[in-house]
Order: sequence, then structure tokens, then C-alpha cells
Amino acid sequence: MQTKKAALLAALPLTLPVFTGYLVLGTAYGILMNSKGFSLFWILLSSIFIYAGSMQFVTIALLAAGFDPLGAFLMTLAVNARHIFYGISMLKQYRGIGRLKPYLIFSLTDETFSIVCSAKVPEKVEPKWFYFFISLLDHLYWITGSLIGGILGSMLHFNTKGMDFVLTALFVVILINQWQQTTNHLPAIIGIVSAIACRLIFGPSNFIIPAMLMILFCVTVWKAPLERGNKS
Amino acid sequence: MNYSIIQLFIFFGVVVLGTVLTRALPFLLFPENKEIPNYMKYLADILPFTIIGMLVVYCLKNISFTKTPYALPEAISIVVIIVLHIWKKNTLLSIGGGALLYMVLVQYVFV
Repeated sequence: MQTKKAALLAALPLTLPVFTGYLVLGTAYGILMNSKGFSLFWILLSSIFIYAGSMQFVTIALLAAGFDPLGAFLMTLAVNARHIFYGISMLKQYRGIGRLKPYLIFSLTDETFSIVCSAKVPEKVEPKWFYFFISLLDHLYWITGSLIGGILGSMLHFNTKGMDFVLTALFVVILINQWQQTTNHLPAIIGIVSAIACRLIFGPSNFIIPAMLMILFCVTVWKAPLERGNKS
Repeated sequence: MNYSIIQLFIFFGVVVLGTVLTRALPFLLFPENKEIPNYMKYLADILPFTIIGMLVVYCLKNISFTKTPYALPEAISIVVIIVLHIWKKNTLLSIGGGALLYMVLVQYVFV
């Protein structure tokens, strides 16, 4: 019990930026679903079980376009393909974690991944509970946000424009931390340059998969210098 | 939207399935009892340092340098976040300050 509490207390402050971001985006999702005539049941179901922000918004658009389950499935794979990289990155860290592992994999969103891959597990805290509470808290924030949006719907008039920038800010700060922790900046540069190049070539809605392939290509070609840099 | 309950369950179901699949695929390919190949271990070490940069670009994918406000709110906020973070080294301050500044910029300055 004591160890779980320590893990929860260690996880909580790290998830605060996600708290703000998920509450705002989740509320926006709830409001949108509500305006399309979906009951709280569907809002909850989708926030608990799909639990992928951008994909949930895309689902609304797909539903508006017509009933095409196969198309929706393929679209989901394309939109969420970036998750594959998160899984690969967590393969070693999540090994031997036991019965919590399926949930940790299920709840590996962009934001949860960015925290679990970069945060140092504090001493005297069991890694598995630390990862679990980060994942669970983020999940709860998202569910809460979408519930608020679904219940209050269009009654909300608080101007939240730009508030979702907390998530961009979170990634920027993690990027700075990583940059300062390592002497070899080639991996970060590969990621940024590949993404920008593919965004310019393929446009805003189709660039992630090409960017992933380009990153894979670069880190494979430069495996030797990257490994040398990583050890120093 | 006129869909039956069954159709909605199918629709949301395939999206859940697709999402879970993208998250679980690496773990399904390399379960606990299977040795992780060296190449995958290398990727596991190196990818976190490349993906965060990709995620930043992903968040900014809709900005435009040719249309007003020429990505200025994003550029200004990110510069402030970088300066603030290197200077104060306080994660919540950098994120909160940067997001607050961005909100002010898009709501009051570059409207």
C-alpha cells in the first residue's frame, strides 16, 4: 500500500500538464459528440475504450461520411500508426511488468508515452506502479473531460481557445530535457528534420507514416555513429 | 446521423480494435518469453529521442508561414518556453507560462 501511494505521489505532478490538456480537449470532444446527438453512453464508451484523442475526433467525421467499417479500420491504423514507435520504445522498460502490462500497453497515448519514456523513476518507487499511475491518471483526465463536455455541452462559454497548446508545450519541454541530458543530438535532429520534410512534401494529414519510415531509414543507416554517441 | 445501435457498436468496435492493434503490435511480436533482437533493442534506445521531436512537429502541423498570423503565436510561445525552461528549469512553469502566453496571443493579439 505504502509503495503504491509513493508511486501515485511521484506520478501526479508529472501528469499535471496532461491534466490541463486532456480536460480541455476531452471537453471539446464531449461537446462535439453531444452536438451530433450522441448520448453520454457513447461518449464514455469511446473515451474509455478508444482513448485516442485525434482518432476520436476523426471517428465523428467518419460516421458523418457513412457506414464503412473496413474504411474506418484502415483509417484508424493510418492515424494511429505512430503508436507502433511507442510500443517499440517501451519494449524493454515494460518487460516483466506482470499483470499491469496489458493496461500499460492499452493506454499508451502520445502524452502518456512522452512522460513514461522520459521520466526517471524515483528511488524507492516501483517502476510498474509509477508507470501505472501515470497511465491511469491521464486516462481519467481524458474521461472526465469528455464527460464534462457531454453533460454541459454548449452551456460552456469559457474561451479555451489555445489552451490545448499545453500539450505542445509539454512535448517542447521534454525535447529540451532530452537535449540537455545527451551529448548526441543526432536522434532529435533526425526526428525533427524528417517530420518537417515529410510535412512539407505530404501535407498536414498524410505525413506521419512517411516521417516514421524516414526516421527508421536514418537511424538504421547511421546505426554505428548513433550507438557510439549513445554510450558516451 | 441515423445509425442503429448495432452499427454504432461495430463502428466504435473497429476503431477500438485498430487503436489497440497499433499500440500492442510490438509487444505481440516480442512477447515476454521471446528474446528481443539486438536491432529492436537499439531502436528502443534511440527512438524516444527522435519521436518527441516528431510529436512537436505533429502538434504544429497546421501552422502556415504564408498566411496570417504567419505562425507567430506558435513561434513566440515556443521561444519563450525554451528560454524559460533553460533559465528556470521548472517544467510546470515553462509549460504553464508558455500555454498561457499562447492563449493570450491567439485570443487578444493575433485575432
